[in-house]
Formats: sequence, C-alpha cells, structure tokens
Amino acid sequence: MNENIIKIEHIAKVYTVGIEKVYALRDVSLEINRNEYVSIMGPSGSGKSTLMNILGCLDTPTSGLYLFEGENVSDMNDNQLAEIRNRKIGFVFQTFNLLPRSTALHNVELPLIYAGVRKAERLERAKIALEKVGLGDRMEHKPNELSGGQRQRVAIARALVTNPSIILADEPTGNLDSKTGNEIMKLFKELHDNGNTIILVTHEQEIAENANRIIKIRDGLIESDTELKKSKSETENVNA
Amino acid sequence: MRNLLFEIWEGLLISYRALKENKVRAILTTLGIVIGIWAVVTMSTALKGIDLAFQQGVSSLGSDNLYIDKWAWFNNEEPWWKLRNRKNLTYDEYEKYKKLAKLPIAIAPSVFTRKTLEYDGARVESAFITATTSEYLQTTNFTFAAGRFFNELESKGGRNTVALGFELAKQLFPQGADYAIGSIVRIGGKKMKVVGVLDKQGSWVMGDFNPDNQAYIPIEFLFKNFNKRRRKSITINVRAPNSQSVEAVKEEAIGIMRRVRGLAYNEKNDFSINQQSGLLTQINATVSVIQIAGFFITGLSLFVGAIGIMNIMFVSVKERTREIGIRKAIGAKRRSILGQFIAEASLICLFGGFIGLLFAGSSTFLINQWLPASIQIDTVALAFTISILTGIIAGFAPAYTAAKLDPVDALRYE
Ligand SMILES: Nc1ncnc2c1ncn2[C@@H]1O[C@H](COP(=O)(O)OP(=O)(O)O)[C@@H](O)[C@H]1O
Ligand SMILES: [Mg+2]
Repeated sequence: MNENIIKIEHIAKVYTVGIEKVYALRDVSLEINRNEYVSIMGPSGSGKSTLMNILGCLDTPTSGLYLFEGENVSDMNDNQLAEIRNRKIGFVFQTFNLLPRSTALHNVELPLIYAGVRKAERLERAKIALEKVGLGDRMEHKPNELSGGQRQRVAIARALVTNPSIILADEPTGNLDSKTGNEIMKLFKELHDNGNTIILVTHEQEIAENANRIIKIRDGLIESDTELKKSKSETENVNA
Repeated sequence: MRNLLFEIWEGLLISYRALKENKVRAILTTLGIVIGIWAVVTMSTALKGIDLAFQQGVSSLGSDNLYIDKWAWFNNEEPWWKLRNRKNLTYDEYEKYKKLAKLPIAIAPSVFTRKTLEYDGARVESAFITATTSEYLQTTNFTFAAGRFFNELESKGGRNTVALGFELAKQLFPQGADYAIGSIVRIGGKKMKVVGVLDKQGSWVMGDFNPDNQAYIPIEFLFKNFNKRRRKSITINVRAPNSQSVEAVKEEAIGIMRRVRGLAYNEKNDFSINQQSGLLTQINATVSVIQIAGFFITGLSLFVGAIGIMNIMFVSVKERTREIGIRKAIGAKRRSILGQFIAEASLICLFGGFIGLLFAGSSTFLINQWLPASIQIDTVALAFTISILTGIIAGFAPAYTAAKLDPVDALRYE
C-alpha cells in the first residue's frame, strides 16, 4: 500500500562559485509514498528549488542516493533521466515555462511528442488534460492570450498529460494573486483526491497547509517533517 | 526505424514552426545558399549543354576523320612560327595522296576563305567559305533541309554552284530553305546558284568549324575566280572506314605524305595530321575552366552561406535557451534537440536551395539561347542534396551546443 515512489538518502548539492563553495543541500534524506501530498517549506535560499530539481531529475546531486520507484537514478545517464522526466514526472514551475508562441494545445501535446505518441492520440489526450484543468474552451490560445492563472492551468495540464507517477510544483502560485492562487490550490487538491502524488514547494504557511505533510528545510537541511491530521472541514493549525 | 522516422518528422515540424516565426531572418540567411545552388545548377546545365552541343557538332563533321594540314590545329608539337615556314600543301600533293591512299573511304581537298554573300538586299559580311570537291560530302554526315551538295560534274567543272549552311541560308532567305534552291546569290561579287541548304548541324561550340555558318563551293570555282591554284595551302579531308581504322589511316597518310613531299628519313614531318579528338581536348580544357570556376564560386558561396547559417543558428540557440530548457524538462532527449536544430538549419538551406533552383531556371532559359541546356532531374536532386548537407554541416555545431545545455541552467536563463 504505502509503496514509495521517491527515496533519497544523504543527498548533498554543492555549487562552486569561483573558489567559494555553496552548500545548497547538506544532507537530506526522505521518502515520498504514493498518493501523498507533501509541502516543502522554507525561507528563500534554503535549498527548496535545488531539492525539487534533483527530485525532478533535472539536476543530479553532488553525493547521496536517489531511488525513483526503486530504480537508482544516481547511476542514470542523460537519456535515461530525460525518459524519467518525460514519463514519470510532471513539473510545474513558478514562471509557467510555456512555449510562448505555441497554442495551449501544442504546449500540452509536447511531452507526448517526446514520448513518441502518435498525433491523433496525442491531441485526444492533450484535449482531455486541458478539459480536466477547465480550459476546454482555450485550446487554441497562445500564452499571451491567457491570464496568469490560465497559463498555470496549461502548465498543470502539460504535467498531467503523460499520467506521471508524481507531480512536482515549485512555487506554482508565486506569480499569481491570492485569489487565483487559491483556485490553483483547489485544482491540486482535486488532483490529489483523484489519486495523484504531489510535492509542492512554497514559502507560505497557508499554501503549505493544503498538503497532508509539511517538510521544512533551512540551510540545506531538513528542519522538520510533520504529518497533518486533518479532515476536509477543519483547518487545524499545526506547528512544529 | 519507425521511431527514427517519427522523430525526424516531428523534428521537422518543430523546426518548421520555429522558422515560420522568424521568416525574415531565415530568408536573409539563405542568400549564400541561394547563390551557391544557383551557381552549381547553372554550371552543371551549361556543361551538359556544351557537351551535347559538342556531340552534335562532332557527329555532323564525322568523328572518324583526319585532316592533313600545314597547320597543327591544337597540339604544340612545334611553335607556330616554325609551322609557318612549312611548305604549303598543294593541290598536286592532294592528287598524289588520293592516288596512293588505299584505306580511306573518302578524300577531299578544302580551302577556307572569307567572302561576302548577298541576295536581294540581304548581306552576310565575310562569311566562312569552304571550297572543296563533291567528295567532301562523304567525309561528313551532312543532311539537307532542301536540295543537295554540288555534284561531281559541277565540282570538276568548277561550276558556280553553292550549298549553304543552315544559319547562313536563314539570313539570306528568311522565306525558307525550299525558296533558296535555284536562287542566284552573289558570293564575293560572283553569281552562284544555290543547289542545297544543310540541316542545322552544330552549335557555336564548333566555332569556325560549325557548318551552319558556312557556304560550300567547288574548289575549281575558287581557283578560277578568286585564288591561284598554288596561293593557298590545302587541307586534305580524309575519312576512315571506322574508328578502329583511324590509326592505320593516319600511319598510311604519314608514309604517303613523307614520300610525296620527298622527306629524308631524318627529317621531321613538315605537315600535321589533325583529328577531332584535338577539338575534344580543347573543349575539355574549356569545360574544366568552367568547372573550376563553377566549383570555386559554388564552394565559396556555400561556405559563406554555411557560416551565415551557423551564425544565425548560434544566435537562435542562445535566444531560445529557455525553450530548450523547457523541452528538456518535459523529456526531450539530447538527440531530439540536436535533431530539431539540424532539421531547422537544413530546412533553411533547403528553402535557399529551392530559391537558387528558381534562379537557375531563369539563367538556364538564357543559356538556352546558345546551348541546348535544360535542368535535369539529377541536377535538381544534386541541388537538394547539397542544400541539405550544407544545412547539416552548418547546423551541427549550434545544435550540439543546444543539445548539451544543462536543463536547470537553461531554464534559469533570461
Ligand atoms: N546554479 C547555482 N550556482 C550557485 N549557487 C546556486 C545555484 N543554484 C542555487 N544556488 C544557491 O543554492 C542555494 C539554494 O538555492 P535554491 O535551491 O534556489 O533556494 P530556494 O529555492 O529555497 O530559494 C542558494 O544559496 C543559491 O544561491
Ligand atoms: Mg526557489
């Protein structure tokens, strides 16, 4: 049941800037199980994005072990990492990262192109994903013809379209006003209720509390890792 | 395999989208390719045209022919001022040769001269006149648009008869070849009856040898009216039975001519045996000059074009760093990115090649005024192959840079 998707042990990430070493992550270990909804919280510069990039196979750690669905990611080459990113991970960014001159539909279709899915099926699946995020009527719009919230919905549809094992969202509401942000959070909640596994990075307590588990990090180390016991009705304030 | 095709196809679609977004730039960059392809296609059609024209020309004169002459046409066995000191070939010597030679199937003397032709107000200044015997016809492959060559009787009697080359007849008789037959033209002031008009034979490649611009008159007529029998050196036109026997005919001719001219065993030949292959050698020299020039122009413009495209692709990769990051983040492999940018460069080049072909089409139309030139399908294939190859070569380095980008760095790029 509590099959784990992600397991990292003693992950460190060191950047060398000139002669100076920046320890973005010092020693991080954690496990994420299927259908969890986890928030990663921490002040700016604490290493949240670095951790997300490593979990998302965009970046490789300087040291430590990373198992994704039991497979050792640390040993993988570029092509294998690309394949994991393509099939197993859906990434949602703070700045949306859509192709600016392509339609919503093409943006969502893109991961399927790299997955080698044929055109007809691709369009079908992209449409379904866009409908799922409530943009069934905006498929032919380009990003500059969409509002910030709608752009983020396109990005979420793009993350969903390959049916990934996990969705990683790095400050997905960071560029949105709070009302739109709440709508996006509602969408994540729905995705989670439908069985998706989600990791969400934020520095806002209120946003973080949407999740069932909050991991706080500071200076590249895990400060606390708390399960939130909550039902849909209550909003209990849990402090570590 | 199917997967590879799929990736290539998708790569092409992606780059096609990208190009549509940067039309002006794409068009500007193609200039080098346009010129390169234009040059290579025009050159290759021109060369084919020359070849074809030459084949036609040679076949009209006959390729199994030898020409015994005071002058060496092409080779440089001796410098021209030494050749000038050779004795003229006389009509006498021709007659002796004709009597002694056993191998040839036709032998005819000829003298070239230039005369003005007139008919009813139409004039052709100093046209090329070949004065010869009726047997000359058998040394050629001439066919006639109308009439015939002057016959043996007219030849021996030095009658005022003339056969006109195609172009010459056209200038004098716009009414057509049939109209010309029986008409009286003035050649160097003398009245002569047109007995025949030749079919179109050669092209300008043949130069003075081109029968189209010549008139043929009996040599006896020339001697009677224009030149003394001994004034001019004679060319003896000799036809061998077939190409295998050309060498034997040549050996025989050398032996007879040495005897006729009374040369001692240690004296050099004071005459030359000329052949069509000499003409071929010269044409080939011209062709290789065109080829070298063509390859140089093509190579240079393709090189410049490739550099331009490489440059623009580097700029494009730089500008689209973020796009590359996005593509990688959602699962594009290195080879997909590599393929995308190479495909883009190739598409630009292909487009340039297409424009170059259009230009080449119009310059071929111009060349066609002088040469039988047309753009063949293999030339089109060559043009497209060169375009695509240029694109692949020019696109590789920028594409490789793009493929190698680190996704996190690329995503952070502003
Ligand atoms: N490419 C990089 N080169 C050097 N230092 C980096 C790089 N990326 C991140 N860092 C540093 O690592 C630390 C953690 O960064 P980051 O993970 O982006 O923090 P967060 O997302 O929590 O704000 C910061 O001190 C940052 O300056
Ligand atoms: Mg961050």
